[in-house]
Amino acid sequence: MKPLNDTITACPPSGIRRFFDIAAEMDDVISLGVGEPDFVTPWRIREAGIYALEHGYTTYTGNAGLAPLRRLICDDLSSRYDAHYAWDTECLITTGVSEGLDLALRVLLNPGEEVIVPEPCYVAYQPCVSFAGGTPVGVATTAEDSFAIDVAAIEAAITPRTKAILIGSPANPTGAVQPVAVLRELVRLAQRHDLYLVSDEIYDRLTYTGVHTCLGAVPGARDRTVVLGGFSKAQAMTGWRVGWMAAPRPIAELCLRVHQYTMLCAPHVSQVAAVEALTSAEGDVAEMVADYDRRRRVFVKGLREIGLECPEPSGAFYAFPSIRSSGLDSEEFAERLLKAESVAVVPGNVFGPSGEGHIRCSYATALPQLEQAVERMGRFLGSL
Amino acid sequence: MREILELLERDAQLSHDTIATMVGLTVDEVDTLIGDWERSGVIRRHKAVVNWEAVQGRDQEVTAFIDVSVAPARSVGFDDVAARISRFDEVRDCYLVSGGHDLRCTIVGRDIRAISDFVSQKLSTIDRVQSTATHFVLATHKRDGDTFAEPEPDHRLPVTP
Repeated sequence: MKPLNDTITACPPSGIRRFFDIAAEMDDVISLGVGEPDFVTPWRIREAGIYALEHGYTTYTGNAGLAPLRRLICDDLSSRYDAHYAWDTECLITTGVSEGLDLALRVLLNPGEEVIVPEPCYVAYQPCVSFAGGTPVGVATTAEDSFAIDVAAIEAAITPRTKAILIGSPANPTGAVQPVAVLRELVRLAQRHDLYLVSDEIYDRLTYTGVHTCLGAVPGARDRTVVLGGFSKAQAMTGWRVGWMAAPRPIAELCLRVHQYTMLCAPHVSQVAAVEALTSAEGDVAEMVADYDRRRRVFVKGLREIGLECPEPSGAFYAFPSIRSSGLDSEEFAERLLKAESVAVVPGNVFGPSGEGHIRCSYATALPQLEQAVERMGRFLGSL
Repeated sequence: MREILELLERDAQLSHDTIATMVGLTVDEVDTLIGDWERSGVIRRHKAVVNWEAVQGRDQEVTAFIDVSVAPARSVGFDDVAARISRFDEVRDCYLVSGGHDLRCTIVGRDIRAISDFVSQKLSTIDRVQSTATHFVLATHKRDGDTFAEPEPDHRLPVTP
């Protein structure tokens, strides 16, 4: 048989998979390894989805997605973040940010072009760059800098082949929110070197110490930036697979071209539910965000009390404590913690080399479980 | 600090220490706030929401909603009658409402007979009570914000990106 695709064959499977396999076989596991809300989708949104099914919204929609949904998204970006996009030519409904990311990279990259990706970062960023024919170039961020992007380090990594910079803020796995000053500097850098920016803003609503800045609203960014967002996190709609892209017209048009051949459209029912999410679920979102914030405070305090250094996570629903004091590496720590105390966390190194020495703990879990988990982790640390 | 009251309304057993961490105050400040609310009557009681239908081997009490029509009186309106009805232990709630009747009460009794006796002998005989309409509760699906159906299991995979 002829060999399969070289790029995909060379891409290692996600390091998360191994922990999933171990945890799935165990009983009584408290999982802090889950990258999605523990809330189910608010009932009013689910009810709108049921209504859509009952009334036969089971067809394709237009390729770009339902017009009312795109209008609502652009209105929201404009009023909330002062980021302005034309709903009919610069906004596209995708099957989650995952598809939006894939579209953006395919449209931006020619074979061999490089994309700079600050890490530790979401596990899909670098593989998606490779699948789109590009070369990912990781640039480290550190706990000491609260995982702020080091713009000078990015500049040092730029080569004639560099085409774009891909960031996620608020970030999975660190919970870091990039300061506005850093984003401004990043945009100036992109202007100087004529680079595109791709900004994954799926956690935009989950910030706890300030208001999110949309990269598309930073002066000078709009014409070279693809903003990606969706409903999975704030509205707890992961399984509906619905998100959006806002991008300047030339990029949005080409993304739509790929999307119309590869995806046709995002699920119709999910789009109807997303309309409901934007028109009437604001109270539900506020309640969930307040709840995450309370758990965040209790959980981070607990981690610090058992002796783990934990940078303040100001967004998303992850804490990314250092486990260096244990003398173990991330993988060993996570595996032994799981086997000894049945607490599942994700080793930091699966998010990039500078995640080594950390573990990702999701606090999208009920408070009693979080408190239990901290107690078990404390016992585990004491046993080392 | 409305947030603390909302938290306690949802879970009265949260420790003051946890509440303090959640809302960014010291434990002393939380102690003081809650103590003040208890003294001033903002917090009436800390109590549990019980699903009695799930308690085995217990005779089920009967709950009924009673709508009461009252002839209002000069200067007191319905207040004196509402106060009088509210003093009975059987009456769990008593509201002045809009619509076809004036007061809506929740009554709990050991059986249907006890409730009908209460309505015919106590409620209906109060001066200016003109009529009553009794609605017996057949099943409780949700009370005080708690749904009594079996909770759905967590459908999430144990580890996801």
